[in-house]
Amino acid sequence: MLLIEIKPNTCDFCGCCVGVCPEDAIELQEAHIDIIEDRCTNCAKCVWVCPFEVFVFNKPARKQPAES
Amino acid sequence: MSEQYDVIVVGAGPAGSTCARYAAMGGASVLLLEKDRDIGMPVRCGEAVSNRSLERIVDIDPRWIAATVNRFRLISPSGHIVEPDLGGHGYVLERRIFDYDLARLAAGAGAQVRTKSYVDGLLPGNGRSSTDLHKPAGTLSPSKDTSPADGPSPAGHGWSGVSMTWKGERREAHARIIVGADGVESRVGKWAGIDTTTHIRDMETCAQMTLTGVDLDDDVCEFYFGNDTAPMGYLWVFPKGNGMANVGVGISGMASKKRAAIRYLQDFIARRFPGAGVLTTVAGGVPCAVTVDTLVKENVVLVGDAAHQVNPMSGGGITSGMIGGRMAGEAIARALRADDLSLLQDYPKQWEKEIGAKHRTYHRMKSAVYKFPDETLDDIAVNVLRLAPEKRTIWGVFRTALRHQPKLVWEMVKTFGLK
Ligand SMILES: Cc1cc2nc3c(=O)[nH]c(=O)nc-3n(C[C@H](O)[C@H](O)[C@H](O)COP(=O)(O)OP(=O)(O)OC[C@H]3O[C@@H](n4cnc5c(N)ncnc54)[C@H](O)[C@@H]3O)c2cc1C
Ligand code: SF4
Ligand code: SF4
Repeated sequence: MLLIEIKPNTCDFCGCCVGVCPEDAIELQEAHIDIIEDRCTNCAKCVWVCPFEVFVFNKPARKQPAES
Repeated sequence: MSEQYDVIVVGAGPAGSTCARYAAMGGASVLLLEKDRDIGMPVRCGEAVSNRSLERIVDIDPRWIAATVNRFRLISPSGHIVEPDLGGHGYVLERRIFDYDLARLAAGAGAQVRTKSYVDGLLPGNGRSSTDLHKPAGTLSPSKDTSPADGPSPAGHGWSGVSMTWKGERREAHARIIVGADGVESRVGKWAGIDTTTHIRDMETCAQMTLTGVDLDDDVCEFYFGNDTAPMGYLWVFPKGNGMANVGVGISGMASKKRAAIRYLQDFIARRFPGAGVLTTVAGGVPCAVTVDTLVKENVVLVGDAAHQVNPMSGGGITSGMIGGRMAGEAIARALRADDLSLLQDYPKQWEKEIGAKHRTYHRMKSAVYKFPDETLDDIAVNVLRLAPEKRTIWGVFRTALRHQPKLVWEMVKTFGLK
């Protein structure tokens, strides 16, 4: 499940995130960005390096603690 | 629609245009592809270069120069100002004109230049199954499989061209050699199985504004250091003439985890240039790493930021990328003339000898300097200011820094053969 979300109208299309993505999971055109869901491992590197805070990392909802 | 060339260059930045120009000058038919609508825009760059390195690589046209810089001003975290003697001068370029002209020089040498062409994959050559296309990077063969010393595989291997979208239409173009000059966002190398991912520690993540109506010395480049201003990086103010300046910040991806580059820039501009007009605001990334270990794999060649040819200490990559582009372009032309692709290996050898080894040292030095706390940086500034003015050279700054970091001494001894 993709946990990375792109905030609309914030990306400057600079390519910094593409440079650190270990999975080649970001498609970046002149004025269009997309994460390729089936390659992304949610490693969050793109989130950390973006100079404009374009990405949001949606933490998965915590599982209910197991019954003891 | 499909076409055939000797060489396809992906990306018309300084490295790609220079590579295309030298390959074409050497007699190759060259297609230079650029995804953007126009070459040279948007400018994601401080635009500063040293006169000596630029002169080494191209005849300078005065139209490229926005300002000539005679002084460097280094500002420590608590505001101590050191102005080391440069022993030369620098330029702040107008890259809108500069990049465009470099592509024009390539076209003048015979290259076909095509914009609005977004390259999205490599086409398999004979002997390679198309399932190799677009494999996720994790499943590609790691670069250590092919050491730079390996020659290309026998005829039939490698890649036969690129696929692209051009104004929404699918196209293909074929070539004997494919050059990845696709900048910090490079994917060409990854598609060919070369590991070009930049570690976040080495990625300098940047934000820059071009300001108007600012009051500053038109011949001084300023560099600000310190944890509150630019952690694991620096902030720059480069003059562009007529009250304009490029004001930007680059911080390591490690620091950016806590706070994004744009925040540091906004804080600084509010403090230092309140009321200035903002002409442009851009994001950017600079791969301040060592050069990738595989510059040539089969018939795929990498140049510029795509090959991490940036000076890892300063983050300057315009001239070093052009040098890489020229070396590659010349080697490509020789290989094609001799009909022997193993001659492409001249390029990595020449790069390693002239620049690659030096960049590894700069990278080690950068990693050491990044660990300096603010007090050490202030201390260095204070000690440099105690030197006689004629000793306040870049070298004097380094010597003073060395006393604080024995590890740096060792690196310097190794680089410059000093005893
Ligand atoms: C904020 C900032 C400030 C900087 N300041 C300086 C400085 O003051 N001095 C200095 O020397 N260096 C500076 N640099 C570094 C310098 O800008 C780069 O090193 C230099 O531009 C590298 O040139 P290049 O040709 O390798 O790549 P680029 O100039 O990035 O060119 C790559 C080209 O490839 C195109 N491309 C990418 N992917 C594709 C694709 N799939 N299909 C088609 N085309 C594609 C891109 O659109 C781009 O035009 C700075 C960088 C940044 C981000
Ligand atoms: S790093 Fe941020 S601004 Fe740059 S292309 Fe990626 S998402 Fe866009
Ligand atoms: S989360 Fe990791 S794998 Fe996914 S796009 Fe970002 S950098 Fe790539």
